[in-house]
Amino acid sequence: MGEFVLNVNGARLRVSAPPEESLLSVLRNRLNLTGTKYGCGEGQCGACTVLIDGRATRSCLLPVASAAHAKIVTIEGLETNGQLTAVQQAFLDEGAFQCGYCTSGMILNATSLLRQVHNPSEEQIAAAMNGNICRCGAHPRILAAVKRASELQGGAR
Amino acid sequence: MSLRDEPELESFQDEYWSPSGSLHLDRRDFLKVLGGGLLICLTHASAQAQEAGRNFGGHELPRDVGAWLHIAADGQVKVFTGKVEVGQNIRTSLAQLVAEELRVPTDSIVMVMGDTGLTPWDMGTFGSRTTPTMGPQLRTMAAAARQMLLELAAERWHLAPASLTASGARVTDPQTSRSLTYGELTRGENLVKVVSAQQSLTPAVDWKIAGTAAPKAEGRDFVTGKHTYPSDITRPGMLFGTVLRPDGFNATLASIDTGAAEKLPGIQVVRDGDFTGVIAPDAFSAQHALSAIQAKWNVPAQPSNRDLFEILKANAESGRDDGPRLVTGSVAQSMAAAALKLEERYTVQYIAHAPLEPRAAVAEWSGDNLTVWTGTQRPFGVRDELAQAFHIPPAQVRVIQPDMGSGYGGKHTGEAAVEAARLSKAAGKPVKLVWTRQEEFTWAYFRPAGVIEIKAGAQQDGTLVAWEHHNYNSGSAAIATPYNVPNQLIQYHSVRSPLRQGSYRSLAAAANVFARESHMDGLAHAAGMDPLEFRLKNLIDPRLRAVFEAAAENFGWGRSKSTPERGFGIAGATDKGGFVAACAEVEIDPTSKKVRIVRVVQAWESGAVVNPDGLRNQMSGAIVQAIGGALFEQILFGDGRILNPRFAQYRVPRFSDVPRIEIVLVNRRDLPSAGAGETGIVALAPAVGNAIFAVTGIRPLNMPMASRSAVAGEPDSVFRS
Repeated sequence: MGEFVLNVNGARLRVSAPPEESLLSVLRNRLNLTGTKYGCGEGQCGACTVLIDGRATRSCLLPVASAAHAKIVTIEGLETNGQLTAVQQAFLDEGAFQCGYCTSGMILNATSLLRQVHNPSEEQIAAAMNGNICRCGAHPRILAAVKRASELQGGAR
Repeated sequence: MSLRDEPELESFQDEYWSPSGSLHLDRRDFLKVLGGGLLICLTHASAQAQEAGRNFGGHELPRDVGAWLHIAADGQVKVFTGKVEVGQNIRTSLAQLVAEELRVPTDSIVMVMGDTGLTPWDMGTFGSRTTPTMGPQLRTMAAAARQMLLELAAERWHLAPASLTASGARVTDPQTSRSLTYGELTRGENLVKVVSAQQSLTPAVDWKIAGTAAPKAEGRDFVTGKHTYPSDITRPGMLFGTVLRPDGFNATLASIDTGAAEKLPGIQVVRDGDFTGVIAPDAFSAQHALSAIQAKWNVPAQPSNRDLFEILKANAESGRDDGPRLVTGSVAQSMAAAALKLEERYTVQYIAHAPLEPRAAVAEWSGDNLTVWTGTQRPFGVRDELAQAFHIPPAQVRVIQPDMGSGYGGKHTGEAAVEAARLSKAAGKPVKLVWTRQEEFTWAYFRPAGVIEIKAGAQQDGTLVAWEHHNYNSGSAAIATPYNVPNQLIQYHSVRSPLRQGSYRSLAAAANVFARESHMDGLAHAAGMDPLEFRLKNLIDPRLRAVFEAAAENFGWGRSKSTPERGFGIAGATDKGGFVAACAEVEIDPTSKKVRIVRVVQAWESGAVVNPDGLRNQMSGAIVQAIGGALFEQILFGDGRILNPRFAQYRVPRFSDVPRIEIVLVNRRDLPSAGAGETGIVALAPAVGNAIFAVTGIRPLNMPMASRSAVAGEPDSVFRS
């Protein structure tokens, strides 16, 4: 077991875990931050995506020890004072989900994309989101939501 | 009859409450728990809710309550139904239907769903039955509740109920403009009414709330991570479980050494025959301990994809009971006289549902009472599974289904629930069990593989004269042709499947429609006719004609001719009350033969549209999901093992696979609403296959159409995806 202090959503959280345990498992099973989802455990589906120092990262493949000094943001940490981010709002406005299980990962991946590319083309969005699986087939709405979010953010800039 | 007639209350309590064990509360407790108010129960649920699927243990609808609706003393409306929300959006659309009849805002309604301790018995959520059966039941109750509220206000004001209006969650006297909210009317009341007959329901043409686009109920919780899925449930003192899986199907345990695992701190190993499970204080340790167990299995030799289609035919022909058979006229005679003849064998591989949330359960015992939170489309079925597994009455089991990470027909069973309960019983504490992706791919069940043989004949002018359709194993859904053919022989042959199989969105309709609509396309080409024209020439059903015409018009069918690189295909069908037609535009790289679906226009009609936004989402999702089975999804297996049990090996549709999708909703407000969760999936594959034929002249006969061969050493499909 190791003792770690994780910076999650702006809070410093103390946790005991084996160093090789995945960040996903620590978030879900030790810190009860269940908004981050398990979908495959091998980086193929994106359901577990979190932001590590602002970059979309598969938390299922990241040992907790490697995340100890990073700034971690999960889906629970996006909202500030009850205010949704542009990406969250766009997903809500577009109804870009069915069962919603992939939504956390989609939103965090899109958040990361829009931080790197301010006004992505549809092709860029599709390429950037391609590692995230939605089994319900909400893809057209997810693409529309990311586009909408980029416009919302562009307007604020 | 007054609202407070005791006999009605008594009959309600005696006849409808306890026998099925579905409720732990009697009527008085129920009203006490709910704090008085007004309770409406619906009985004599429609007998038409027959399951179209398979393997449901012969459940019949019980005689007891189908659903109930409660208006609390503060006006809060709660609707209780055993149906479950799995992403198909019925939590929203059912609330809209209630809101419509009750004349309240949709978001003021709380839907209590899929909890065997709180909701009436329900067979399950499948077969596109929610909208056509539960919808009218809830509307009936809501209409009765509205009438009761009108009567309560009328009593207070000494007026005739008919002179009052209900709107905006209040009853108003139009003469004086005075009004009372529903809460003001139900406060201090303790009313129960049992309704059975259909009330006079608001016709869809007059709908103001139903029929409009409503956002997903509690949508905000899905973008903030707040929504609690089955795998997110935690309980005080909860431990984590894992289960040792055999090396293959039908394996027997040869030897096992759990010593190393048991030496690990905090680990409990549970053995019971061939079942071995691990309980640990955390999920990581549970997996770690599981991997420390040394087990050897004897796995018998078993079939593979190589033998699959031969096995399906051979087993069917060995004299097992056959399924539905439809015979009209004489296929043999009419085929002999037909000018155009076409005979083909179509095949479909097993595919996996692969819901993004795998099976998961949290089980908690309290004495001999068991509560399980789990993702399932059949909470009452899982309750019965648990009761049988632990030899306890169903009344001692409560199954709670938090809105889950989808199912598509794949979560009818309670494997994880039973396993979690077994481990929890051994631990004496709550236990959570979440299947891994590999477990979900291996130990769940599959959409059946199948062989479909069609022989058909037409006159030179394209008039169909004969149709013979045999389906081996995949199922009988939508097996009957909607086209007008005087001589038919249509038969489903049941087969002992080499792999565990079960329901899948649309059941066998996707397979039967793929085969039939591919065959129709082949006949159209043989007759030298446009594929749409050929269909319409042989089609009487006005609703199916209407969606074909709507899809074709919006697509611009016939405006461009297919070329060696780009082509167009059309297909359609009707099943479970839904009517669908799709036009697909496909690009094929002449060198690599890579197929890209560029554009799909799908027209859909299922009677009166309840929620156009939700319906579009379902249609669009069905098309995307259909792309997988059409082009590349297939389960590879051999010797009792699944050979591609990972998303890295089992390809599912991704953003790069998604075409431009246009949905055309044909809203028949003069017709009852049918379900729309399934049949939207059936037209895509044949439309794409027909487009591939239009480009290349090669007829795809196997689903998936554009993947490597499932059998090593056999030729791949010429197409790639």
